[in-house]
Amino acid sequence: MLLSVENLKSSYGKIKALHGINFHIDEGEVVCIIGANGAGKSTTLMSISRMQSVEPGSKMTFMGKNLLDYPADKVVSKLGISHVPEGRRLFGNLTVMENIILSAFARKDKKAVRNDIERVFSIFPRLEERKTQKAGTLSGGEQQMLAVGRAFISARKLMLLDEPSMGLAPLLMLNVFDALKQINKEGTAILLVEQNARMALQFSQRGYVLETGNIIIEGKSEYLLNSPDVKKAYLGA
Amino acid sequence: MQYFLQNLVNGLQWGSFYALVAIGYSMVYGILMLFNFAHGDIFMVGAYIGFFTATGLVALAAVGNIILPSWVIITLTMLIAMFLNAFVGMAVERIGYRPLRDAPRASAAITGLMIGIILETGNLALLGASRRAFPPLIKPVTYNISGVFITNQKILIIVVALSLTFMLHLFIRHTKWGMAMRAMAYDFVITPLMGVPLNTIIALTFAIGSALAAAAGVLFGIAYPVLGPYMGIIIGWKAFVAAILGGRGSILGSAAAGFLLGFIEIFVVMIFPSTMRDFIAYSIILLILTFLPNGFFGEPYSARLRL
Ligand SMILES: Nc1ncnc2c1ncn2[C@@H]1O[C@H](COP(=O)(O)OP(=O)(O)O)[C@@H](O)[C@H]1O
Ligand SMILES: [Mg+2]
Repeated sequence: MLLSVENLKSSYGKIKALHGINFHIDEGEVVCIIGANGAGKSTTLMSISRMQSVEPGSKMTFMGKNLLDYPADKVVSKLGISHVPEGRRLFGNLTVMENIILSAFARKDKKAVRNDIERVFSIFPRLEERKTQKAGTLSGGEQQMLAVGRAFISARKLMLLDEPSMGLAPLLMLNVFDALKQINKEGTAILLVEQNARMALQFSQRGYVLETGNIIIEGKSEYLLNSPDVKKAYLGA
Repeated sequence: MQYFLQNLVNGLQWGSFYALVAIGYSMVYGILMLFNFAHGDIFMVGAYIGFFTATGLVALAAVGNIILPSWVIITLTMLIAMFLNAFVGMAVERIGYRPLRDAPRASAAITGLMIGIILETGNLALLGASRRAFPPLIKPVTYNISGVFITNQKILIIVVALSLTFMLHLFIRHTKWGMAMRAMAYDFVITPLMGVPLNTIIALTFAIGSALAAAAGVLFGIAYPVLGPYMGIIIGWKAFVAAILGGRGSILGSAAAGFLLGFIEIFVVMIFPSTMRDFIAYSIILLILTFLPNGFFGEPYSARLRL
């Protein structure tokens, strides 16, 4: 098991966002969490990347290590978990290339970094064309490419993706998901969080359904795609 | 014309102190949205460290009967003062500001004021009320360039201030640490997701700002060799004005505004009695700010995104 999450609880002041959820990810897997707006998907990812504090009793283990022993930057640089946050959150005042260089901040393997940057440019040639452009001036699709590319360079055992399809035209969305598929084939496990349930379930092997801070259904993505409950509530059928 | 050029040179020298101190204000504000009101006093501490270093070096040379050329003493004094004052700045951040990182900004601001008072009165308690005379490190030579008088001391101050500013600019533009600083200024909370250790970068920011303040302190000691525990207050306030006028968080902007302040003060004295200097100079700056509320290079409104 790559990541195991047990009894994860998190809140914003008095508002409870997660009521003790359990899930896991195996090596090389693509897992999705689907759920409506406000279900707690982003809070889940932010808890894993230690951007959001969790309540006592929560347990998270990554490759045998207690994830709670690591601060946010070390989750990336020591454990190898990258996070593409909701809304991309690029540094709009930095160029595309600077965003990429920054994502390698803690890496010491200079040669491998150079190869990885080339790899990113071969997956997303558009980024190379726009290398010197400020990230704030990119189109939505290009921004998502940069967000994924940046995560790819920062860490690669597990990638957390928060609604990568949001705001993208269908064709660009397929583009981004194709790239993610390639990245996964090369060994990166993916935890994908989406409101676009159909897309997420088609892309993943297993899925969890999150509703107001509780996981209510889980199973193989195929099974979830055909489950009447999921269909009715999340697939608009 | 010569009179004008003469005052231009004087303004450049006078502005050098403001510029170097303003950069420290600006860097911290850019990243933490925090006005480090202790910064003027960090400048004072830097000047004192410079004073002790220079005095020590001169004494050491005398004892060992070595003739240290003045450029060696100046360079060593500068580097040692910058190095040690960097730790003063990091200590101020670690002890004063970090525990209040998530507190309301007003609490952090009064923390700065209190640290400032502590540094001033700490100096007073430790060293007494008597003022200190900075040892003369440089034998004054005056050059007459077609009627404009320039001392070697002025050249030193202006050249050091300009080159430090420029070096810092290159550092911020081209190194990964500089990129991390700019990234944090744009979106603080998300920066750790790039594997960037926030506390290290914040400490580095305070270290650089304080090192520049120490450089200003040493240069100030060379030009005006009388040091006192309250010497940082007025310079600190004016450098703060420069930091805001330059555009919060903009390095070159605050340095430029620092020099502008120097010019304005010097040129006011060209026309008006010197007792009216700050009254008129800061009325002019108030007027400038009325028309340029964001300063020279500031962004209209920097919304700090939160998760
Ligand atoms: N910064 C915040 N302050 C207060 N409540 C928040 C904050 N962020 C999220 N919440 C609340 O926590 C719950 C889960 O939010 P979130 O994890 O963002 O859901 P999702 O990503 O599934 O849309 C929601 O009820 C939301 O209103
Ligand atoms: Mg969300």
